[in-house]
Amino acid sequence: MLIFSVFKTLTDQQVTVELKNDLSITGTLKSVDQFLNIRLDSIKVLDEARHPHMMAVKNCFIRGSVVRYVQLPAEHVDTQLLEDATRREAAAQQKR
Amino acid sequence: MASLQGYVDHRVLLILQDGRAIVGVMAGYDQKSNVVLSDSKERVYSMEEGVEEIPLGLYLVKGDQIVLIGELDEALDKAVDLSTVRAEPLPPIRY
Repeated sequence: MLIFSVFKTLTDQQVTVELKNDLSITGTLKSVDQFLNIRLDSIKVLDEARHPHMMAVKNCFIRGSVVRYVQLPAEHVDTQLLEDATRREAAAQQKR
Repeated sequence: MASLQGYVDHRVLLILQDGRAIVGVMAGYDQKSNVVLSDSKERVYSMEEGVEEIPLGLYLVKGDQIVLIGELDEALDKAVDLSTVRAEPLPPIRY
């Protein structure tokens, strides 16, 4: 749930999503949902010469379950705050 | 919410877990991201020849097979001569 909130704060930022089929897509984060499905606008596929499959695609919906990594803009993430929040959540979960 | 609402009645490109690429008009979807495509065609990519389009008709794709759904810019898509496009097929998902 925490990571969902983090993604919500990052809407309209430029992110790069690496998928489990080794495709990397850069685009503007438009929205996320509870499954971490991602909507990207103005997308660009890395190494477009090798992957012309998505030439005519301008925006897309990516299923959360196939995302390997999301590269975030460092200047829009408060790493210290995120660290504290994740540890607090982990501690709360252990108590339960 | 990252919903599929905006894609209904639009021409979309679906990429599946096994690497297949299917284009079609999105007729509907549900909360599990199962998708119904009308007038769909599979695009088979290879290095030996241009892209081959195999007509599939009306298709229901299970949500858990879907990797990505992209909205096709129809003008841009029509401008591309698929028979000249040579590319490796997309790799399947590997966990």
